[in-house]
Amino acid sequence: MVLFVIFCPIVAAILIMAGVPARRTALVASVLAFAAVLFLLVSFEQGQHGFRHVTSFTISPEWHLSFTTGIDGLSLVMILLATIVTVAAVWFTGTIERYENAFYACLLFISGGAIGAFASIDLFFFYAFHELALIPTFLLIGIWGSGNRVAAAWKITIYLAIGSFILLLGLILLYQSFPASARSFDIRALTAAASLGQISADAQRHVYLVLLIGFGILISLFPFHTWAPEAYASAPAPAAMLHAGVLKKFGLYGLLRLAIPLLPEGSRYWAGLLVVLLLGNIIYVGLVTIAQKRLDWMLGYSSVMHMGYIFLGIAGATILATTGASILMFAHGLSIALLFALAGELRKRTGTLVFDDLGGLGKVMPFASLAFGFGVFAAIGLPGLANFAGEIMIFFGAFKNGWEMDHFHIFQIATVLALWGVVISTVYMLRAYRKTFMGPLSDRWKEIVDLRFSLRLPIVVLIGALLCFGFFPQSLVQTVTPVLRPYLTEQHRPSASTQRGGNNIQQVAWR
Amino acid sequence: MITAPELEIAVLVLGMAILLVEAFVTKIDKRALAFVAIAGLALVLAASFFVPPNASTSQATGFWSFYTADRLAIFFKQFSLLTTIFVLILMTDYAPVLRRSFPGAAPQAGLGEFFALPIFTCAGLMYLVSAIDFVFIFVSLELVTISFYVLVSFTRGNPITLEAGTKYLVLSALSTAFLVYGIAWIFGVTGQTNLQRIADVLANPATDRNAALFGMVLILVALGFKIAAVPFQIWVPDVYQGAPTPVTAYLSVGSKAAGFIVLLRVLQPFLALPQTQRLIVVIALLTLLYGNLAALPQANLKRLLAYSSIAHAGYLLIGVACFDASAIGFYLVAYLLMTLLSFAVLIIVAQQTGEQIDDFDGLAKRSPFLAFAMLIGMISLAGVPFTAGFLGKFFIFYAAILQHQTALVVIGVITVGCGFYYYLKVIRAMYWQSSAKADKIPVNGLSRLAISALIIATIWLGVYPQPILDALKP
Repeated sequence: MVLFVIFCPIVAAILIMAGVPARRTALVASVLAFAAVLFLLVSFEQGQHGFRHVTSFTISPEWHLSFTTGIDGLSLVMILLATIVTVAAVWFTGTIERYENAFYACLLFISGGAIGAFASIDLFFFYAFHELALIPTFLLIGIWGSGNRVAAAWKITIYLAIGSFILLLGLILLYQSFPASARSFDIRALTAAASLGQISADAQRHVYLVLLIGFGILISLFPFHTWAPEAYASAPAPAAMLHAGVLKKFGLYGLLRLAIPLLPEGSRYWAGLLVVLLLGNIIYVGLVTIAQKRLDWMLGYSSVMHMGYIFLGIAGATILATTGASILMFAHGLSIALLFALAGELRKRTGTLVFDDLGGLGKVMPFASLAFGFGVFAAIGLPGLANFAGEIMIFFGAFKNGWEMDHFHIFQIATVLALWGVVISTVYMLRAYRKTFMGPLSDRWKEIVDLRFSLRLPIVVLIGALLCFGFFPQSLVQTVTPVLRPYLTEQHRPSASTQRGGNNIQQVAWR
Repeated sequence: MITAPELEIAVLVLGMAILLVEAFVTKIDKRALAFVAIAGLALVLAASFFVPPNASTSQATGFWSFYTADRLAIFFKQFSLLTTIFVLILMTDYAPVLRRSFPGAAPQAGLGEFFALPIFTCAGLMYLVSAIDFVFIFVSLELVTISFYVLVSFTRGNPITLEAGTKYLVLSALSTAFLVYGIAWIFGVTGQTNLQRIADVLANPATDRNAALFGMVLILVALGFKIAAVPFQIWVPDVYQGAPTPVTAYLSVGSKAAGFIVLLRVLQPFLALPQTQRLIVVIALLTLLYGNLAALPQANLKRLLAYSSIAHAGYLLIGVACFDASAIGFYLVAYLLMTLLSFAVLIIVAQQTGEQIDDFDGLAKRSPFLAFAMLIGMISLAGVPFTAGFLGKFFIFYAAILQHQTALVVIGVITVGCGFYYYLKVIRAMYWQSSAKADKIPVNGLSRLAISALIIATIWLGVYPQPILDALKP
C-alpha cells in the first residue's frame, strides 16, 4: 500500500513523459494516491510505536543498504499532507501552453520524491527520493516561471544541490559514527543501536552540526534562506505550492526523525546556536517580510519566517513542542499552498502582484477574497485553524523546557521573543489582505472574474482540511505523539550546566 | 579453459585481420569492418567472463612476473572491451564527418584504419591493467599512446585537429620521458622492476627512500599526464576539442581508466611512505578546483566535457588518496556510462547543428529521445541520486570521510556545486531555450540501441550497484 502511494505519482509521471494525456493521468494518479493514504489513515491503529506496512528489498548486504519503506504516525501525517497538496496543485494547473506533458511530469516527480522520502525507512533512499525533486524544480521555474526566473532557478538549484551534498556528508558521518558491526542505513537499526549508547557524545555533536547545516539550507534556516523567497516568487503556482508546502518540510521531518532519537546530546549541545538562528528566521525575516512590496515575495518570505516556529518546536525538544512542530508542519503546508494557489490565480488575472497596483479585488472576486482570508488567518495562527493548534503547542512546549545556559532560561526567552513573531505576521498578512482585496477598485480590474467552479474545489479541500484539523487537532496529536514519546520527556530536563559532566546520567534523564 | 592472456591475443589477431582485409579487399563498404570489429570484441567480452582470476605472486617467474590476472585486472579488461565497443559504435556515426574531412580522396579513404586502430588501443589497455612490472607498463602504455597519436590527428585536414595532434604528440612524448627516467631511478635504488619485489625492497629500512620517492614523483608526472591531473592537464582542453569526437570519448574514458589502474598498482609499493598520500591529496585538491572552476564559463560542449573530465579525475584522485580501489572502480564504471552517453548524443547532434551549447537549444522539442539521453548523462555527471554518477560520488566521499580527509571533502562539496551549474547549463539549453529549427534529428538503429542501453545502465546502477561491487570485491 505504501509502495503504491510512492510509485503512483512516479509511474504516472513516466507515463506522461511517454505521451499519455497529461492532465487526466496526473489527476487520476494524485487522487488515487490520496485515496490510498486516506485508507491508511483510517486503518491506522493509534497509540502504537514503530513502523507499519514495512516492505524491504535488499540492495547491498555488506553496506546494510536496502530499499525499505513503511509508515509510522509522523510519516503518515507528512504523506497525508503531500497527497492533499498534490491533488490541489495538479487540479490547479489547468492547461499549459508549452510542453504540457513535461509540466505535469515535473509536478508528479516532485510529489513522488517527497512521498518517497517521507515513507523511506532507509537513510539512503530517504535522501535519494528528496533529490528526485531537484531537476524538476529547476525545469519548472526555468521554463514556466515568471519574473526573474533565470536567476531564481539557478539560485535554488545550486543552493539545494550544495545543501543536499552537505546533508549527504552528515548522513555518511552518522553512518560511520556507529561501530562497524552496528552500521546500517536502516533507521530502525540505528535507533536501536543509539538507544544502547553506541554513538558517542562527541560524534553526536559533529554529526548534528553537519546535519543542521545541510537540513538548514533545505529548510531555509536563517542565514541560508535567501534562495526561498525569490524561487517561490518566480515559480509557477503549482510548483510553489508543492515546494513550499511539502518539499521544504523534508528537512524538518529529517531533524525530527534523526536528531531526536539518534542525536540527543548533539541537539542539546547546539540548542543555543539553533535558538539564535531560528529567532533570526522569526524576527529578522519577519521584519523583512513586512517591507515587501509584492504579494509573491511576501508569501515567500512569510514561508521562510514560519519555519522559525517549527524549528523552535524541534529545538524545544519536549514532547509537547515536537508534536506541535509536526502539526504546524502539516498546517503550514496546507495554508501556504492555499495562499500560493490564490496568488497564482491573481497573477493570471491581473498580470501583477505589486501591492500598489492591486486593491479592491474583493468586490470582483468574493470567493477568492474569502479563501485568501482563511489562508491569512491560518498563517497568523487564529484559533479554529490547524496552525493555531501547532503554534500554541510549540509555545507551551518550548516554554516548559527548563534549560539554562549561563543562568539564562534560553527557551523561555526565545519563546517570549517568538511570540512577537505572531504580531509581526499579523501585521504583514493583514496589510497584504487589505492592499489586495479591500479599498477602492481600480478601473483596470473591473473586468476580472472570480475563480470558476472547478478551481474552487481544491481550495475548498485545503480550507476544509485546515478547519477540520483546527477543530480536531487531537486526531493528529494521537497519531504523532507515540512516535516521539520514547525519546522525550513530558517537560523539562536538568539544566545544561550539570549535564556536561556525566553523559550517562543525561541519557537516563533524557528518556 | 580460457586464460587471461588469450583475450589480448584474440584482440590483436582481430585487429590485424581487419587491417589485412582493409588493405586487400577494396570493394566492400568499410563500415562493415566496424560491425565485424564490434562483433569480435563482443565475443572476447563474453569469453572474458569465463576467465578464472589468477593473481601472480612475487615469486612468479617468466611471463607471470610481469603479468597478473587478478580480479581487478579482469574487471578492467572487460571495462576496456566495453569502452572500445561503444567507441566503435560512435565511430560508425562519425564516419560521414570523416569522409567530409578528406576532400578529393576516395569516398572511403582512411575509414578502415579508423576502425582498426581502436582495437590495438584496446589490446594496449588490456595489457596495461594487467601489468605489474615497470617494463611491461612502459611497453603497453606505448602501445596505447602510439595508436592514440594517429587517432587524435586523424582528420588532419582540419587545422584544429592538427594542432591537437601535435600537442598530444609532443607532450605525451615528454611524459613518456619522465616515466622512463622515473623507472630508472627506482630501478637504481631497488634493483627491481617488478612492483611487488620493489615493495619488498622498500620495506627494508636500509633502502634509500628519498631517491625512490624522487623516482615515484617522476612516474606520477607521467601518469598525471594520462589521467589529466593538475598541473599536467594543459593539453586536455585543446586536444579534446580538436580530436575527432569518438577519439575524445575514448581518450577521456579508456586512457583515463587505465591510467588510474596503473596509478593504483604503482603507488602500492610506496604506501609505506607518508609523503605519498600528502602529495596525492594536494594534486587531488588542485585538480578538483581547476577542473570545476575552468568548466564554469565554457560555451563549447566538447571543451566543457574536457574540463569535466579533469574535474572527474579530481574525484577519482580523492579515491586514490584514500587507496580505495573499489570506490575508484565503481566511479570509473559510472564515468564510462555517463561520458559515453553524453558523447554519443553530442556526435549525433553536432553533425546537424554544432558543438556549442547554444546549438542544443530546443533539442527537447526537436528530438525528445536525444534530449532525454543527454539529460540523464548530465545529471549523472553532476551527481543526482538514482544515477550511477551519484553512487560513484557517494562511495568516494564515504572513503574520504572514513579517512578524515576534511579538506578534500569540503572542497569536494563546493566543486559539486560548481558541477551542477555547468552541467545544468546544457539541460537549460535543451529544455528552456527555443530554437528556430524544428526538424527531427535522425538516429540510426544501432546508436539508438547503444544510447538506450547506456541510459538503462546508468539508472540501473544508480539504484542497484551490487553487481559491480561484487565484481570489484578483492
